[in-house]
Amino acid sequence: MNVLIYLVPMALLLGLTGLLGFMWTLRTNQYDDLDGAPLRILPDDDINGE
Amino acid sequence: MTMHMSEALDLSNFVERSESGRAHITLAVEGVGCAGCIRKIEDGLQKLPGILDARLNFTQRRLTVHWRDDETSADRIVSALERIGYRGYPFAPERITAEDNRESKWLLKCLAVAGFAAMNVMLLSVSLWAGNVSDMTQETRDLFHWLSALIALPAAAYAGQPFFRSAWRAIRTRQLNMDVPITVGVTLALALSLYETSTHAVHAYFDSAIMLLFFLLCGRYLDQAMRQRTRQFAGNLASLKAEYAHKFGPGGELTRVPAAALQPDDIVQVRPGEAVPADGMIVSGRSELDQSLVTGETVPQAVEPGVTIYAGAINCSGALTMKVAAAGSSTLLEETERLLLRATEAKSRTVRLADRAARLYAPVVHLTAAATALGWLLAGASLHDAIVTAVAVLIITCPCAIALAIPTVQVVAAGRLFRAGVILNSGDAIERLATVDTIVFDKTGTLTLPQGVADVSSIDPDILNRAARLALSSHHPLAAALARCAREHIPYAAASEECGSGVRADIDGQEARLGSARFCGLEQSPHNKIAGSAVSTIFFSHGECAVAIPIRQRLRPDAVAVVQALIARGLDLKILSGDRPKAVESVARQLGIAEWHADFTPAAKIAAIEQLKSQDRRVLMIGDGLNDAPALAAATVSLSPITAAQLTQNRADALFLGDDLTPVLEAVALSRRAKTLMQQNLGLAIVYNALAVPIAVAGMVTPLIAAAAMSGSSILVTLNALRGRLGRRPDFVREAELPPTQATQRSAQAKVRGAERCVIEDVAADLVVKNTAGTRDQVECVP
Repeated sequence: MNVLIYLVPMALLLGLTGLLGFMWTLRTNQYDDLDGAPLRILPDDDINGE
Repeated sequence: MTMHMSEALDLSNFVERSESGRAHITLAVEGVGCAGCIRKIEDGLQKLPGILDARLNFTQRRLTVHWRDDETSADRIVSALERIGYRGYPFAPERITAEDNRESKWLLKCLAVAGFAAMNVMLLSVSLWAGNVSDMTQETRDLFHWLSALIALPAAAYAGQPFFRSAWRAIRTRQLNMDVPITVGVTLALALSLYETSTHAVHAYFDSAIMLLFFLLCGRYLDQAMRQRTRQFAGNLASLKAEYAHKFGPGGELTRVPAAALQPDDIVQVRPGEAVPADGMIVSGRSELDQSLVTGETVPQAVEPGVTIYAGAINCSGALTMKVAAAGSSTLLEETERLLLRATEAKSRTVRLADRAARLYAPVVHLTAAATALGWLLAGASLHDAIVTAVAVLIITCPCAIALAIPTVQVVAAGRLFRAGVILNSGDAIERLATVDTIVFDKTGTLTLPQGVADVSSIDPDILNRAARLALSSHHPLAAALARCAREHIPYAAASEECGSGVRADIDGQEARLGSARFCGLEQSPHNKIAGSAVSTIFFSHGECAVAIPIRQRLRPDAVAVVQALIARGLDLKILSGDRPKAVESVARQLGIAEWHADFTPAAKIAAIEQLKSQDRRVLMIGDGLNDAPALAAATVSLSPITAAQLTQNRADALFLGDDLTPVLEAVALSRRAKTLMQQNLGLAIVYNALAVPIAVAGMVTPLIAAAAMSGSSILVTLNALRGRLGRRPDFVREAELPPTQATQRSAQAKVRGAERCVIEDVAADLVVKNTAGTRDQVECVP
């Protein structure tokens, strides 16, 4: 059962990373324009070096 | 659209400035439909000097622009936007929207924390349940329990806040709401689990407590998100509908300002064909006003200096100068407000289904738990065992399923209503709509369309075409109705309009006139009689030929079918109108509504509705005029078309869009269905309790059983609510269904300003502008 000493903290750490990631998306207002976000990836003028 | 570009546009009321010389404004944008629009607008604006940032929110159709105040201004940005091909309307960010956003973000954060904790505690709990039936050692079990406590306690302290606060608010006002048993249950479960863990017990309930919070937060967030979405949409509509006023500056120069920015004592010019932007008194000028939105009266009334006029009335003939009055200073508005206050007090007595359930449920939960503890003590159990069993009862009866039962159905139903063109103003409108057995209609603007239509059945097509083409050059609302009959939309060259009289032009070398009887020299002619339901008559003379064209009110296109479908559903329909008996009678006869009343004042409408309510009827009032607002508030539940007066819209429980009356039928049908689902859900929750409570009282609930029962019932209730998405639309709607492309574009008329007409197409999707003349100046959408 010694394996738990590092398995449990690792599992918690992974979960916490996900939670913090979600909090970051909330803080940066990423859910404000859910319909617009998928459309904004369509124009590719950034590739043509404009 | 005529944009009086010669006049300066003053939007300073809507601009927010920061100290560093930066400013920003939010605009509701019309005509946005695809990815190309985002780029066109943002790139186009960013090219302007002084613009710091332009960002279009595609979901909300709102554009936020930041700029340096000394380099450009709001009106330049709006006109630049117009050059790109979109119309922007200033959007006053209300405080309530900001608070809404903060609230829903907070709920989402709580939900995320609860979700994270629930997953991790469950991970440990599943191991524990497996360990308890195999060879887990005491030490490992304690370690897992302590780890669960480490995760669950801080998470519950954070994620439980929405419930703790609401419960505290309720207790302080000596009331019980659903959040009180939730708070007691969660707190006791956590405290007991902590005690059990410290005494090396086998069972702890950390997982139940945190999972309970997670499910409850799901329901709470859905509820909030639904209300926020409809409010956002209504906010956009309000700014698209906002009228502009021509205000005299201190030096006598005219500026165009949004009507919302007018102050008392401002002097405003109202041109023919325009709506009166605010309440006030006429300073100079004579005209006729179409007051149908204010009083329901359809015949225009003559007004002169000194007369008080009300926002929403349409100026028919001459230009008026008016002085804006302070809010609520006019007798009509004061009377309306007074009636409203009384009606609203009467209404707050109805109790929402969820609250009724909570009031019944909370004491029962607490009594059962207390009785369980007492019973076990009397039966000789130890104090510890008695309390453990009582807490188990609390956890298992915690109203998880009940808390989800109603919001989930409401969200699903609100979504369907939204697609049917009905926007809810209040969350519990669905419940009240479902109980309706009597529908009271206003006539003008509700059963009929807000604008008149020319009755051309007896008129020679060639003459009609000439009259209609001449009407294109007029600002008069009656002329606008006639202009729609023109075969080709080409106005005559050199047509000139005489304010208050009519319009004249040379056609084939002969002078043609369109306007009042006197203007056309037809005062003595036999045509000069208003017939039947005609609102007014417009005259046309051209050389030898002279005709009188009656302008009649037109029923909403599907009114007859909808009224019959409503009657078929066993509803009792009535018309209460402020209009003349003759006009009301003809509409009632066409629709087959037996009971109608004309010449009703707002007070009489309220009295009629209250009499119905005293006979135990549940009344749905549908109206649009200022005179309907008190009646709307007095009724059990109320609906308004989107063209209604502002005050009336605020009072209605829901608004419906479009020229059709079908949304009324759908609102009744969908809410009846939703109510059935709510009752089923409550039933399911009760069945669950009936099964689970005896097990809990008997002291046989392990954490595993609690978790399974709780998530099982929540999922069952949610799935049942989702059935609301499956149902069919009302029968005749499907029969009359248009081809798919048209059906999705069921256009909704949003406003009439003079000869222009803006149409909001496809409620949920794009906002596209149309012109009455039929020429679409729709923005090209090329991705």
